[in-house]
Amino acid sequence: MTNATANGPTEVDGAAAGNPAADAGLAASAPADSVDLSALLADSHVNEVLDELDAELIGLKPVKARIREVAALLLVERARKQLGLVGGSPSLHMSFTGNPGTGKTTVALRMAQILHRLGYVRKGHLVAVTRDDLVGQYIGHTAPKTKEILKKAMGGVLFIDEAYYLYRPENERDYGQEAIEILLQVMENQRDDLVVIVAGYKDRMDTFFRSNPGLSSRIAHHLDFPDYQPEELEEIAQRMVHGMQYRLSDSAKAALHEYIPLRMRQPHFANARSIRNALDRARLRQANRLFAQKGRSLTRDELMTLEGEDLRASRVFA
Amino acid sequence: MRITQGTFSFLPDLTDAEIRAQIDYALDKGWAIGVEYTDDPHPRNFYWEMWGNPMFDLRDAAGAMTEVLACRKAHPQHYIRVNAFDSTRGFETTRLSFIVNRPTNEPGFQLKRNEVGGRSIQYTTESYATKKPEGSRY
Repeated sequence: MTNATANGPTEVDGAAAGNPAADAGLAASAPADSVDLSALLADSHVNEVLDELDAELIGLKPVKARIREVAALLLVERARKQLGLVGGSPSLHMSFTGNPGTGKTTVALRMAQILHRLGYVRKGHLVAVTRDDLVGQYIGHTAPKTKEILKKAMGGVLFIDEAYYLYRPENERDYGQEAIEILLQVMENQRDDLVVIVAGYKDRMDTFFRSNPGLSSRIAHHLDFPDYQPEELEEIAQRMVHGMQYRLSDSAKAALHEYIPLRMRQPHFANARSIRNALDRARLRQANRLFAQKGRSLTRDELMTLEGEDLRASRVFA
Repeated sequence: MRITQGTFSFLPDLTDAEIRAQIDYALDKGWAIGVEYTDDPHPRNFYWEMWGNPMFDLRDAAGAMTEVLACRKAHPQHYIRVNAFDSTRGFETTRLSFIVNRPTNEPGFQLKRNEVGGRSIQYTTESYATKKPEGSRY
């Protein structure tokens, strides 16, 4: 039964091998009266993840700042524990709000890694679910389904995408409410076992929180993901192209520079996701262009390069 | 008489922390965890009741532990065991099984002698507990 079905929860392995963060620092037996914070920091390797975050994710300044704060808090909490100061583990449930394609899922995955390195969660995996995975179709179906997902997420991070679909005010007998109640109970009582991150578009999440004050008050960290600036999107595009082992020719770069502001003004603009789609379509056109010249062998360079015409064929320029 | 069935049964009862560590071991091996209970202690009783479905795709013992604790709360005077199932081709069987809860008073077994065909004797064991109907044995 390990084969995840298409609509089943996706599990992403965020745990870096060989990093038992939890027992590294906490094993110190006798409470001393001083603690070396920088040694703890080096010990947890959390800086590497944070630097990676800085290097690989473009923009998102407020989000990065908040993640650093959380990391600092957890590190200090570990230091306090070493000195025998007990404050109860801080609540780390989070809500990620932002427009489509602003990197909520990507950051959630990183969050799982960071929390694992800091020893806050034991395994550091991310279980990404939506309403379908939590809410059942029939009476009595929801509770076992939600509980099963929660059990799978324990020791890691539960990421609920588009969480507002859990609550359907227009149908008072909707089973989503039941899922929320179970979720709240676990969020409160088993704080050590899992971290819940709810995510969705800003305005709809706000309504969702207003109608579920219990949920809102149990979430300590509300992170808002800002939209990307055109130059940030350009940089993101460069990275995507590089990641797909392609290259932009100079004309393609110029086309991209014009394309982004044009695309941003169009409806259904989804930030980085729109850029990815645009690049995918450019790849399609490049393939078509190369195919049209069949009869001769292609060089590695030709196979790698996206030309300006591949991008300019887009309907955005029309 | 203390029943000895499954792994660790000659050791003192496992603490919750030890149970958790064993479950973690099983999960690290990629085995699925199931919780079962019964009040018939006969060693040849293979038909234990399942407490919920077996739990596949767990990563941490916390999830399985909540089920063990819930089962223990519902059946404090039953035998409860944790099974770890290995689905690898070639095994496809339980790799680890241990008792995590037992009744406070285990009355033990009676040896019955049944005379057949003249002077021959058939032996059988019967738990004193099973003389009472299911559900009221302990």
